[in-house]
Amino acid sequence: MKPEMQFAPVCPIPFNEYPSIQMAHGGGGRLMHRLIEDFFVPAFQNPLLLERHDGAVFDVANARLAFSTDSYVVKPLFFPGGDIGSLAVNGTVNDLAMCGARPLYLSAGFILEEGMETEKLWRIVQSMKKAADEAGVYLVTGDTKVVDKGKGDEIYINTAGVGVVEHELAIHPKAVKPGDAVILSGDIGRHGIAIMAAREGLEFESAIESDCAPLNLIVSDLINEGIDIHCMRDLTRGGLASALIEISEVCGHQIVIDEVSIAVREDVRGACEILGFDPMYLANEGRFVLFVPEVHAERAVEIMNSRAGDAAAATAGTVTDAPQSILLKSLIGSTRIVDMFSGEQLPRIC
Amino acid sequence: MKYVDEYRDREAAEYFRDAIHKIVTRPWTLMEVCGGQTHSIVKYGIDEMLPGEVELVHGPGCPVCVTPLELIDKAITIASRPDVIFCSFGDMLRVPGSDKDLFMVKSEGGDVRIVYSPLDAVKIAQESPDKEVVFFAVGFETTAPANAMAVHQAKELGVNNFSILVSHVLVPPAIEAVMSSPQCRVQAFLAAGHVCTVMGYNEYLPLAEKYKVPIVVTGFEPLDILQGIYMTVKQLEEGRHEVENQYARSVRREGNPAAQDLVSRVFRVVPRKWRGVGEIPASGLGLTGEYAAYDAETKFSVGNIAVNEPEECISGLVLQGIKKPNECPAFGTRCTPSTRLARRWFRMRAPARRTIATGAMPHGRPEVLR
Repeated sequence: MKPEMQFAPVCPIPFNEYPSIQMAHGGGGRLMHRLIEDFFVPAFQNPLLLERHDGAVFDVANARLAFSTDSYVVKPLFFPGGDIGSLAVNGTVNDLAMCGARPLYLSAGFILEEGMETEKLWRIVQSMKKAADEAGVYLVTGDTKVVDKGKGDEIYINTAGVGVVEHELAIHPKAVKPGDAVILSGDIGRHGIAIMAAREGLEFESAIESDCAPLNLIVSDLINEGIDIHCMRDLTRGGLASALIEISEVCGHQIVIDEVSIAVREDVRGACEILGFDPMYLANEGRFVLFVPEVHAERAVEIMNSRAGDAAAATAGTVTDAPQSILLKSLIGSTRIVDMFSGEQLPRIC
Repeated sequence: MKYVDEYRDREAAEYFRDAIHKIVTRPWTLMEVCGGQTHSIVKYGIDEMLPGEVELVHGPGCPVCVTPLELIDKAITIASRPDVIFCSFGDMLRVPGSDKDLFMVKSEGGDVRIVYSPLDAVKIAQESPDKEVVFFAVGFETTAPANAMAVHQAKELGVNNFSILVSHVLVPPAIEAVMSSPQCRVQAFLAAGHVCTVMGYNEYLPLAEKYKVPIVVTGFEPLDILQGIYMTVKQLEEGRHEVENQYARSVRREGNPAAQDLVSRVFRVVPRKWRGVGEIPASGLGLTGEYAAYDAETKFSVGNIAVNEPEECISGLVLQGIKKPNECPAFGTRCTPSTRLARRWFRMRAPARRTIATGAMPHGRPEVLR
């Protein structure tokens, strides 16, 4: 038995070391980060990996390129506002965009389960094509594998993407400085609740649609307009809280967020109240946080809102010179520390 | 959001904050009984708003924290059986037993499912006649009616492949246990609003009288808690020890008689073990003879599993407010906020109305979003 386990039986406290992989290792919380830190980082150690960015950015000949990958195992395959296909394209496009790159080419790897209806595959492929057109990227290479019935959930998709960095900005969590404004690109939590509702048969007055969308066009507007972007991070698994914590851990500064400025749609809030979830930790697929110097904040918000569709970008906080942490100014005017959750958000007993 | 935003209003919160500061003249130690209240206190930073004289101690009203090791081991034994679908509220899955938790059982191939209502588990049992479906019936008086209803419904419908692993505990004996400890520091209680919604608050009157402690039935929104603290401090300052009801929009003195009737038909009062505290007489619920066939402990012969809580564990003292979590030898080393070891401070919980309110959701897990 590992030394960490010896204490566990005496204390009603969750395990933080598991001898086998748990679902929570993919949940975007502390367990997943430990898996990355304990296994992948030491094994593959290199300067690019250690940057801990959404993708790797490197020079090849005269070009500065960004490279990223992501896998998609969402259930159900189709949900209000998107499907596994649009998610697979937008997810990788957004990871590249967060590196400040213009996404160019994607690969797609399909793992198909024996017996999957080809009509479904066709719909997914068409959705990928549409998402790629919207984002202005091409799917240029791919791979197909079929696994035995029961060995996969109809379809898993992996995409990887390459983009080009066409500016001199050093966009990175390390570039975040005290005094920077923290801008949130829109309301949070919709994707998480849309998936949950589709999976659990939750019904609302009108369906909550995922926020799944490409972010590269907004990012290129910001760059073209000369906004001095210090850092960007899209809010995926683990939500706004995990994104802020990750950035704070790398830059070493405190991020102060004002709960009043975090937009959460009424129906998403309602679902959170019923299920006992905190919107700060819910998944998103078309939202990001942006760190810019205070003087650029107003203009950046303007630019974002001119292209944001139904999102409403707003300044939600600031970076201070206090040591790394996330401080939330609560609705009632008090403050609390925001912590990363251990594995995944679980519906609570009461 | 209606009926929510009103109770999170900043100006009103500041009004109560100022009112508390104004009346307090000396140190007082209050215990909020319910984990849902602890959640709100941490989430909204309520403790940060209070004067230094007012100390909040987080009480034993969290079913996840007080369920004994032994019962978790029984759950794990049952959930590991290939013929069982084991259903539970989500946050019980990561509570560790002697050497594993229910997540590990799932990763080893056990069919462990999160449900939002015990009635969902009955539905699963109807849909899976070749399996035994077991619901992990934990909780205080708040969840007891829904769990009683599940058993009652299973019996009415003749669903014989359904059973519950009962770990029900009761609030008044816990308050009694806290107060009767010679080291007790608690001078007043915020009673759990949802427990009292079911049970009313008549049973707290003798406790307030016997131990000379103010007890204020309190809700879960920030304004509820601030007002509850205000009412409690006011009583203490004025030398009173009464039972008052802050949560009048939900709690009636007599509670919910229909729910109580069902609970007393399906359950009877039994002694229960509490994690870190040990056995407290007449502190929990077990199934009555009429419903004995739905008792998973008997059905799967796990009644003989007995595990003693090791002596060095201080969680019982923490639950009683005698020690703070940072007095645990693991605190800050093996036990940090990021590993959730400091859960008494950092755990995320919410009001109890929901488990009863949501009866319409089938099983499922929320983990894969991408």
